[in-house]
Amino acid sequence: MSEPLIELININFAYPGAPRPVFQDFNFELLPGKHLGLIGPNGCGKTTMLHLIMGLLRPQGGHIVIFGEEVKQEKDFIKVRQKVGLLFQNADDQLFCPTVIEDVAFGPLNQGKSPAEAVSIARETMARLGLAGFEDRVTYKLSGGEKKLVSLATVLAMEPQLLLLDEPTTGLDEATRHRLVHILQDLDIAYMIVSHEQDFLNHTVKECCHVHKHCCHPTTMAPGGKEV
Amino acid sequence: MSIQEPFSEGASLAHVLDPRGKIVVAALFSILVAVARTYEVALGGLVLSLVFLALARLPLGKVVVRLLAVNSFIFFLWIVLPFTYPGEAVWRWGPLVATREGLIFAGLITLKSNAIIIALMALIATAPIVTLGQALHQLRLPDKLCHLLLFTYRYLYVFEDEYRLLVQAMKIRGFKPRTNLHTYRSYAYLAAMLLVRSLDRAERVFQAMRCRGFHGTFYSLKSFSWQRRDGIFLAASLLALVALLSLSWLHPMLLVRTS
Repeated sequence: MSEPLIELININFAYPGAPRPVFQDFNFELLPGKHLGLIGPNGCGKTTMLHLIMGLLRPQGGHIVIFGEEVKQEKDFIKVRQKVGLLFQNADDQLFCPTVIEDVAFGPLNQGKSPAEAVSIARETMARLGLAGFEDRVTYKLSGGEKKLVSLATVLAMEPQLLLLDEPTTGLDEATRHRLVHILQDLDIAYMIVSHEQDFLNHTVKECCHVHKHCCHPTTMAPGGKEV
Repeated sequence: MSIQEPFSEGASLAHVLDPRGKIVVAALFSILVAVARTYEVALGGLVLSLVFLALARLPLGKVVVRLLAVNSFIFFLWIVLPFTYPGEAVWRWGPLVATREGLIFAGLITLKSNAIIIALMALIATAPIVTLGQALHQLRLPDKLCHLLLFTYRYLYVFEDEYRLLVQAMKIRGFKPRTNLHTYRSYAYLAAMLLVRSLDRAERVFQAMRCRGFHGTFYSLKSFSWQRRDGIFLAASLLALVALLSLSWLHPMLLVRTS
């Protein structure tokens, strides 16, 4: 069996001042090519898990191994962020550039691409997501659905090997949700989706995990989305 | 959306000129007119600003509305200055004495402010804020200041939305502003809540930027092209500014009159 993309080993994590830890001896692994849904009640640590993987939060104990290498410090996570993309729950947090093309090109530019390369990557990514013609649109004047798709483009433009999505369907209309489903089905990289929408997960992932304090248990789904 | 940039769109000469040239001219013009002490320079500045306005071909009605807004502040100067400035009395009303020098000074300030505002409308407001930020960046203004401008502008809309949501939430629970402690306290909560939310927002935006590989340097995609007409505009404007400056040299006596 191939090496896991992500391994969380005996993670302990508590928010400062919180009465209870979010994770205690928490273990998890994600294998290559997997499409995984993360479910569980509010506050069970789904988003926290994604932020731990990206290095936005640091565990108080345990090991994080990503692509076979242990990551500890900011400089390790800087490398992780080149290969793992995180789609934030709120698109307004993600889109900060004045125009769409600048926002989508922001990641590639940070990766050291020249402006010309970055623009062509950005255009390609946008075309792939059906966003051609959005280049000079002003980010804050987009609709909620457009913002979400542009956010996804900004992440995919960095050509990640793993994509993490934090409640991607919040506030989306039916049409945009459909587009998102199709985009995800066409992706050939591993991804994990935090979502409360079983129906959306049924279309996008094969396996769902319940996030608990100690572990993240797979709950296999029968066709039709019923848990067994 | 209640924040708009109505003057930024158009096809006039002032709209197509390179924003860098316009910023330089507007800055020099504003400084020159702001330090002017004579009516000659102030009037010359007003004429020059009207020339800029003609180049921009802005809708006059909207220009007048904006000028009225600015002049409502200047109105207060007219109430205070003539009665507080020492000099020769020209009008008395009870204990109040208006001085000739005070009136002259208030008039000068009015002329100067209007000239500067008109020039800024014609030269600066004719470019979107975003373009201005990028142009300032190209003019070697410190990165931090440019990004402060762009980020402020970007998130102004988000905060406006959040503010409106909070006000709505207050309204649907029957809040009516009155002159009492409850009103003041509620407004204080509103302001504090906006502050806290903006702090959280800043944190999340920074996280999202780090996730996309941000490490302290911004790269710009925008490149402006300096064309012949920009050179001509800059040269002509600089000549006009020198002419304006020489107005005060030609009449050195006038410098003293109002100071």
